[in-house]
Amino acid sequence: MKNPIFVLWLIVAAMLTFGLALLVDNAYFYFAGYVVLQYIVLATAWNILGGYTGYVNFGIPAFIALGAYSTVALHKLTNLPLIVMMIVGGIVSGLVGVGTGYLTLRLRGTFFSIATLAMAVVMQTLVTNWAFVGGSRGAYIIRPATVQYLGINYITYLFLMMLGLCVLSVGIARAIEKSRLGYGFATIRDDELAAEASGVPTLRLKLIATGLSGGLMGMAGAPLPYYVTYLDPASAFSLSYAVNTIAMPLIGGTSGWLGPILGALLLGTLQQVATVTISSALSLLIVGVMLVGFVVAAPKGILGWFQK
Amino acid sequence: MLAFMWLSPLAIPGGIGHIAAKETSQARIMDISFDLLGNALVSGLLLGGFYAAVTIGVSISFGMLDIVNIAHPAFILLGSYVAYIVNANFGFDPILVSIAAMPAFYFLGVGIYHVYDVSFERRGDTALRGLSFFFGLLFITEVGLVLVFGVDYRLVEAVYIGPTLHFGVIDLPLRLLVPAAVSVAMMGLLYLYLSRTFIGRAVQAVAQDPLALRLMAADPSRIKRIAFGLSIATASVAGAILIIVQPVEPSVGRDYIGRIFAICVLGGMGSFAGTLVAAIILGVMENLTATFYGPSWAPAVSFGFLLLTLAFRPSGIFGRA
Amino acid sequence: MSGAPILQVSDLGKRFGGFVALADIELEVGRGERMGLIGPNGSGKSTLVNCICGTLRNESGSIRFEGKALDGMKAHQRTRLGLSRTFQLPRPFGTLTLAENLRIPILYAVQARQGGGDSDIDRRCMALLDMVGLAAKSNLLPKELTQIEMRKLELARAMAAEPRLLIADEAMAGLSHGEVDDILALLVRLNEQQGITIILIEHIMRAVLSFSQRLVVLVAGRKIADGAPQDVVRQDDVVAAYLGS
Repeated sequence: MKNPIFVLWLIVAAMLTFGLALLVDNAYFYFAGYVVLQYIVLATAWNILGGYTGYVNFGIPAFIALGAYSTVALHKLTNLPLIVMMIVGGIVSGLVGVGTGYLTLRLRGTFFSIATLAMAVVMQTLVTNWAFVGGSRGAYIIRPATVQYLGINYITYLFLMMLGLCVLSVGIARAIEKSRLGYGFATIRDDELAAEASGVPTLRLKLIATGLSGGLMGMAGAPLPYYVTYLDPASAFSLSYAVNTIAMPLIGGTSGWLGPILGALLLGTLQQVATVTISSALSLLIVGVMLVGFVVAAPKGILGWFQK
Repeated sequence: MLAFMWLSPLAIPGGIGHIAAKETSQARIMDISFDLLGNALVSGLLLGGFYAAVTIGVSISFGMLDIVNIAHPAFILLGSYVAYIVNANFGFDPILVSIAAMPAFYFLGVGIYHVYDVSFERRGDTALRGLSFFFGLLFITEVGLVLVFGVDYRLVEAVYIGPTLHFGVIDLPLRLLVPAAVSVAMMGLLYLYLSRTFIGRAVQAVAQDPLALRLMAADPSRIKRIAFGLSIATASVAGAILIIVQPVEPSVGRDYIGRIFAICVLGGMGSFAGTLVAAIILGVMENLTATFYGPSWAPAVSFGFLLLTLAFRPSGIFGRA
Repeated sequence: MSGAPILQVSDLGKRFGGFVALADIELEVGRGERMGLIGPNGSGKSTLVNCICGTLRNESGSIRFEGKALDGMKAHQRTRLGLSRTFQLPRPFGTLTLAENLRIPILYAVQARQGGGDSDIDRRCMALLDMVGLAAKSNLLPKELTQIEMRKLELARAMAAEPRLLIADEAMAGLSHGEVDDILALLVRLNEQQGITIILIEHIMRAVLSFSQRLVVLVAGRKIADGAPQDVVRQDDVVAAYLGS
């Protein structure tokens, strides 16, 4: 299936989802749905680096927070529409991703992973010390009630934006998969030394992956302040983002664009249900256990079960 | 206030670091009291000694066995909480408790290595899935501790928490001195074990040449299992001295990931002397930063060290080039 | 076999910590030449290959390929210039099919050099697989191949980059008598018909002797012989160090 047709199908799926939301007509559906859609984007973005090239990024909260805090800063300085803030958040995160990559990707993959882990902690320290965005006390963002020129309320608007971002990120993920770039990524994952010897510019490709992955995660984080209306470093840098974003592709399947979506839908809904019925801490524990379980026993994820 | 409690090892003592930060913005460089500098250096030294104990487990698992156990801080926290429970309920000295708990930690390590070996090392899939495995363990341990103990800070009580020795202008809080001493003692014992016993030497050999090890009729898997078990056993003691140095709550482990790997890499990945020297350097730099710029910048110091080391000298100070 | 040499290695040195792997290596390979490189295990042959191809960085000395200095160039840049190698232990891309394995050098080495589209990539992949007799298995994964077939794939992949200099690092280890002859014939054909310069690193003496127009011997990181094969094999130090009596 050619890529433009695939994107068309994605848009159809998105419209159907929105139609479903309109039918259900429940505010909670939009709130919960936003979270699941956000995780589809995060899982897909992470997988571009983790699943396709094999480089594990543990600093996910940092990229999300970069997007979120760019929005907070812009919100205080200007009156830009959300979509511009998302683009800015994406650019900032993308640049940080490339920067971290440039410093660490020439070494082994494990050093890159450790560096991302440490970077998340440092980024949190910097933000906590930055009074302009509220520091440790956090920042309050007034969420507009409606979007006038569209005639819908803001939560629905956020839901739609995240749907759009889903289409964008899944479209990018699949386009990469079938392209020259995708083959290059696969060789980095399979055998980086042989890839270099075959003419693949591995560092450049890894930087592209890190930039794309980080940028998309930043875009996913940009609307967050409007969603939560109160943003503080503890919740922005929450470890639950990290474990979920990694668990979803690993459980769904890392080899293509579909796995992260499966994982996000499964884990996302599971957690929404668990948070309401048991407790959010326990639901996180379940995610952690599932991550370890799948990684040990089902390395190809759910998709792997169907491939045989 | 509570937010700064976890940073208390970096302020000497209590809140002086904060006051010092204000003072220095008004004082000229020449007027900075040498007492303050001296004490910052000494406390940094002791802190570094403590950091060495926290890192030595990873020096073994990552430096020698090439297993990226990022969950090590979580096991250290486990050690802290074990020491806490026994200390709070029975009053036993936390360090003695942790030594008694070492065999349990050792077997935990052996079990974890076994799963790791079968699932990843033998399949040759250590990169993505191996790392995610340990990340999952880190996470499960942290959330598990939150579920059982909550997010309140926990402390232990012992005879040496509180008193301070005074040598002229230099203060030596026993709270830092005893952990540093225990740390050095533990490293010394480990070093003797690794260099004098057959199994110990086999552990050093397996890092460099698994084939030669097989020819010596030793099974690399078994040796690695023992070594990893030892690495987790050190976490028991490291946890006890951690909760002596500072109050502890489940997310504290995350701050130590950067420190541990910075020290491990700077120290040359598996060199004991290197780990100690690198830990002391980091301890001193962190403490100076905390004293003169405020304690909240501490994580940036270890990360900065990590990045600089990776960028300019990945083999570390004592590393094999 | 005339004109400027295709490869010039001057005063090359490489250490690993305190261990000297290569010292004072001087080597010139003529365009279109068939050179053999032999020596005991651990003498530095693979290290030399790695330095020439950019997988390792040499501390001293310089390497020139077709007159161009290679120092500081990454491995992928050298491959794009026309330098290709096989690995001693085959390193196929495990999640790609055989045909896809061959796509990679075409996409990244050849196209980067020449531009051009994807239209006949499939045809070129099949032609390369056909050359080594693996065309029927084009849709299989490397793990389904035998060791011998993996070595052939390794060779085909090196050839997919359309090199002007090919370094075959023990491409024939473990092959049967007939299979060695097949690969040798293939290499000679590539050399004679397409003018590809070939450096053959091997332990199978009869293969090396029948193939090489020139023979270089490496012992303990130093070159101890360089000349016509029939002369080199009679040199005393070569016999003592490597060939035995």
